[in-house]
Amino acid sequence: MHVVVCIKHILDPEMPPASFRIAEDGRSPVEAGLPRAIGPFDQNALEVALKLKDARPETTVTVLTAGPAEANEALRKALALNADRAVRVDLERLPGPDSATVAALLAAAIRRLEPAPDLVLVGRQSGDWDQGVVGPVLAEKLGAAIVGLGYAAEPADGGVIITRQVDDGIEKVRPKRAAVVTVTNHESNVLRLPKLKDVVAAHRKPIDVIPAAELGVPLDEPLVEAVSLSIPQREAHCEFLEGEPEEMAAALAERIRRWLSA
Amino acid sequence: MPDVYVLIFAPGGAAARAALEPLGAGRALAEGLGGKLAGVVVGAGAEEVAAEARRRADAVIHVTGDHLRAYEADAFTAAAEHALKGRDAAAVLTLADAVGREVAPRLAARLGGSPLTEVSGAQVEDGRPVFTRPVFGGKAVAKLVGRRAPVVVTVKAGAFEAPAESGAEAPLETIQAPAVEPAVEVLAREAAPAAGVPLDAAPVVVSGGRGVGGPEPFQKELKELAEALGGAVGASLAAVDAGWVPQSYQVGQTGTAVAPTVYIAVGISGASQHLAGISGAKHVVAINKDKDAPIFRVAEVGLVGEWKPIVDALIRAVKAGK
Ligand SMILES: Cc1cc2nc3c(=O)[nH]c(=O)nc-3n(C[C@H](O)[C@H](O)[C@H](O)COP(=O)(O)OP(=O)(O)OC[C@H]3O[C@@H](n4cnc5c(N)ncnc54)[C@H](O)[C@@H]3O)c2cc1C
Ligand SMILES: Nc1ncnc2c1ncn2[C@@H]1O[C@H](COP(=O)(O)O)[C@@H](O)[C@H]1O
Repeated sequence: MHVVVCIKHILDPEMPPASFRIAEDGRSPVEAGLPRAIGPFDQNALEVALKLKDARPETTVTVLTAGPAEANEALRKALALNADRAVRVDLERLPGPDSATVAALLAAAIRRLEPAPDLVLVGRQSGDWDQGVVGPVLAEKLGAAIVGLGYAAEPADGGVIITRQVDDGIEKVRPKRAAVVTVTNHESNVLRLPKLKDVVAAHRKPIDVIPAAELGVPLDEPLVEAVSLSIPQREAHCEFLEGEPEEMAAALAERIRRWLSA
Repeated sequence: MPDVYVLIFAPGGAAARAALEPLGAGRALAEGLGGKLAGVVVGAGAEEVAAEARRRADAVIHVTGDHLRAYEADAFTAAAEHALKGRDAAAVLTLADAVGREVAPRLAARLGGSPLTEVSGAQVEDGRPVFTRPVFGGKAVAKLVGRRAPVVVTVKAGAFEAPAESGAEAPLETIQAPAVEPAVEVLAREAAPAAGVPLDAAPVVVSGGRGVGGPEPFQKELKELAEALGGAVGASLAAVDAGWVPQSYQVGQTGTAVAPTVYIAVGISGASQHLAGISGAKHVVAINKDKDAPIFRVAEVGLVGEWKPIVDALIRAVKAGK
């Protein structure tokens, strides 16, 4: 089985809000010099793929990213966890919130892969612009089935069974053809840590680079654009209770009683 | 005419509680654009839902067919496409729930339009629809536009109110959707275990984060406090990641959005993605040993210290006051 995992190299979402600044254009964040990470749900997606490989070692895992050379760092992390192949669609700058164009690029890159993948895993949303658009649009472009909010996959005679969240519980589904799964977090898919020797070895593994221009996707006709970005202001009005736990608890219990009976 | 369409998915005849809310956003856009507001109800046996929509929109299209009894992504996407193809839509809105998230971006691709998601604001500026939504986990708010019509938009639950009934009944058009072979086979379905008060309806939510240090407090102190207050237990994503509680406990941007009278955050730092899920809470209390934790910026009452002695004392004080 061939599994493709799409990973995005994003501004580290755990950075303190105070470090987040808006660039001069008024519609994108300042990115230079700030830490980056693999999108949190892309990490979950990668773990789901690695678990399939644990279960069936003949599974091939390809990690795919679109972005500048810097994004190789995300691919190297995945290679250190024993992903088999890494591919980067090279473009200078990602188009902010225009995830549909990114999906078109990723679809074109996936169509070039051999063998054609049986399963494509993406995050439910990127963790930066958080559009949640790439997965469904990728399914559309590849003619694949879509499975939303999956969190685990198990091999099943030739195919795969996906466990996913639905509004009122969980569902196990079997796609009847190649599928795109948007992956959400679950206690079972926290990304494993690499071994030191594998981190070192990952630096010698190749990364296939495809220039975006080769993929025939127009980059100057965005479907979605940010007009502006602003930072919401919050005023703090916290009343700190003082004293020993017993005193604080008594004062709080009294307030809670008042709030609940209002 | 630049009309606005609102998709209301009603598999098996029933729509989500918030499914009519996007009509509120749609009405504002239709007025700004000078077009009409139409509801598109997708689902077999959804006559009731169509009737609800007819009292709130200028026209209603009901797309039906035997294969639309249960939700299936390909069938519902094709049905929505069938209803909208060839109509002059400026915008197509639908609720951002599990169905809307799967269908809307694909529909945008099929109609040659622009996908936008999870919006909490919609207005017309310079003759075009402009949408607002939080990005970067709530650190910023973006104003976004679609360059190609129609914009196909998912609307966050709770962001808009369904319009009041107009007193009139809009015309109804009923059409049959083409049958579509399902792309996925559902093997099994398990309802979420209904343990106590559901999170999104609880009057009190006591949530634990990484700071509570392990799984036990969720079974013991936090549970006891929640029960004493008639509430439910929630958690941060970090607590879910650590395997301390199942994902169904998660509160936040990608978990459950809660709107209790009282929200008590125990050992939770207050990351913007967590806060995104508690904006509906009336009174927020934070218990944290770090007085600089961001949670104190949204809390009304703060208790700085080790969580355990405070929560133990609180359980006693609540029980004593009964
Ligand atoms: C796209 C995206 C979506 C996300 N969605 C969500 C979501 O839906 N929900 C969510 O919660 N998170 C979400 N996150 C994760 C979020 O960014 C944070 O990582 C997470 O909320 C942190 O959880 P925490 O507050 O429990 O942990 P930490 O940030 O580690 O905070 C622990 C806190 O406990 C305090 N503490 C430690 N020990 C004690 C003690 N003994 N007594 C009292 N206090 C103590 C510390 O001072 C600290 O403030 C998302 C992230 C991304 C990128
Ligand atoms: N530039 C990118 N490179 C690789 N994968 C991406 C990229 N952008 C988005 N994705 C994937 O698509 C998912 C959803 O992204 P989005 O629709 O932008 O929220 C992400 O979690 C990734 O798995």
